[in-house]
Amino acid sequence: MIDHIRLVSIIQEIAVVIKENKELLTELDQAIGDGDHGINLDRGFSAVKEKLNGLQNKDCGTILNTTAMTLISKVGGASGPLYGTAFMRAGQIVAGKTQITEEDAVKMFDAAIQGIVLRGKANKGDKTMLDALIPAFEIFKTTIEANEGLNTAATKAAEAAKEGVEYTKTIAAKKGRASYLGDRSIGHQDPGATSTYLILKVVSDFLAKEN
Amino acid sequence: MKKLINNPELVVEEMLEGIVKAHPNYVKQLEGFNVLVRANAPVKGKVALISGGGSGHEPSHGGFVGKGMLDGAVAGAVFTSPTPDQIFEAIKAVNGGAGVLSIIKNYTGDVMNFEMAAEMAEMEGLEDLEIASVVVDDDVAVENSTWTTGRRGIAGTVFIHKIAGAAAEKGMSLREVKEVAEKVIANVRSMGMSLTPCTVPAAGKPSFTLGENEMEVGLGIHGEPGTHRDEIKTADEITTHLVDKILADIDYSNSEVAVMVNGLGGTPIMELYVINKKVNEILAEKGIKIYKTLVGNYMTSLEMAGASITLLKLDEQLKELLDAAADTPAFTQF
Repeated sequence: MIDHIRLVSIIQEIAVVIKENKELLTELDQAIGDGDHGINLDRGFSAVKEKLNGLQNKDCGTILNTTAMTLISKVGGASGPLYGTAFMRAGQIVAGKTQITEEDAVKMFDAAIQGIVLRGKANKGDKTMLDALIPAFEIFKTTIEANEGLNTAATKAAEAAKEGVEYTKTIAAKKGRASYLGDRSIGHQDPGATSTYLILKVVSDFLAKEN
Repeated sequence: MKKLINNPELVVEEMLEGIVKAHPNYVKQLEGFNVLVRANAPVKGKVALISGGGSGHEPSHGGFVGKGMLDGAVAGAVFTSPTPDQIFEAIKAVNGGAGVLSIIKNYTGDVMNFEMAAEMAEMEGLEDLEIASVVVDDDVAVENSTWTTGRRGIAGTVFIHKIAGAAAEKGMSLREVKEVAEKVIANVRSMGMSLTPCTVPAAGKPSFTLGENEMEVGLGIHGEPGTHRDEIKTADEITTHLVDKILADIDYSNSEVAVMVNGLGGTPIMELYVINKKVNEILAEKGIKIYKTLVGNYMTSLEMAGASITLLKLDEQLKELLDAAADTPAFTQF
């Protein structure tokens, strides 16, 4: 179970990790995109970190929705609407709640992915964040269903996301600016999949650290 | 990085302030937003046109805000599409009651952010606000396919601003202006190349590197790499390659065209005219008549050296609208 206070800590920790990886993400994006992924995400999550300072006592839905709106208005590019939509959809599942159950977490994860698919009109195999997210969600769901607990599920999800990032090296981009490169994008890992992995890793590390 | 800036984070804001100070008769800035609108916005009873995108392409798009072209321009961070809240503010500020048309360059982020802005407008239930959009995808360097993002919007976008802007100024309805814009999009093709990369201020490093004797062909206006890298050739050879790619895409035979030779920011106007000379020779050989020519920096990519060539196939309606008066900071004709 994750309560609203821990939810704020997790999101603020994401902001710290994104800042640490700002240059890595930007370099990955320079290779196959337009070189702004790290800069934009850092700008957005730094604003989120600030915004959440006064929101520890709000419900999880409000916290996630504030995160979403801040990302949408600060990040720009493709990742702003995509991450914004993901957090917004996840927030709708826990509107008014101060606790996130395992069951909620599965629904939130699913809703976030549906939002990204709809907004980005992308699918698995297009060399996008979905190549990290979808396998992560699948293992997350089966692990929860097998009653192995949230921590194990989060750890396995982060591992699957990492494998997803590796997988993006082997395929050509079909979405975003990287798609203009065609086969020249093969060999490079997708920056969006990478930031997604980093976010999931923060969640899994946070839960592991607490237990 | 060697740039005339103060703080990489403030480049866009400081630029916008500078634009407003230089052209107060043309534009004003919406307070608290990186949005420029006409000084007399909203223009009552006229379809309003907005465009926008990442900054770094000046004079696009703020330079084309004025009579006969755009009503508003939304400036994102450098090479980053603007956010939905900013676009939404622009839509509201230019709405003169006859509807608002967004001219979007085909990039995943731009399309998504403009789409979200439209959803915000819907959610607020602004009843007298009719909105529509068109997506420009003139770059023939990128393969068109339903399975990918599709072609990019580059310098040809300026022709949409000009022609759809004239249509709106003539009093056409939102539906009619959109049809005109779509006709231009269907008939405009571009392709570019670069000799040097460019550096996004906040990144501090060039987006790619090129050897002394190398050029990047078919690249985009955000420093994203092109379709291939080649050994540098003469202006005539490069022009021939670009024009051939454009002519292979749609049938220009026996047609009249508007030509745009666009500089990417770091190329002397002298070289653009050298390219234009060759464009004329090639088109003359093919029996394609040039109706109008624009040479200059219209859609740049920061300090990148390079150029793009755009050909717009014209009919009588497009010719008339292209000839119509326009008065903006970066494009004036009487």
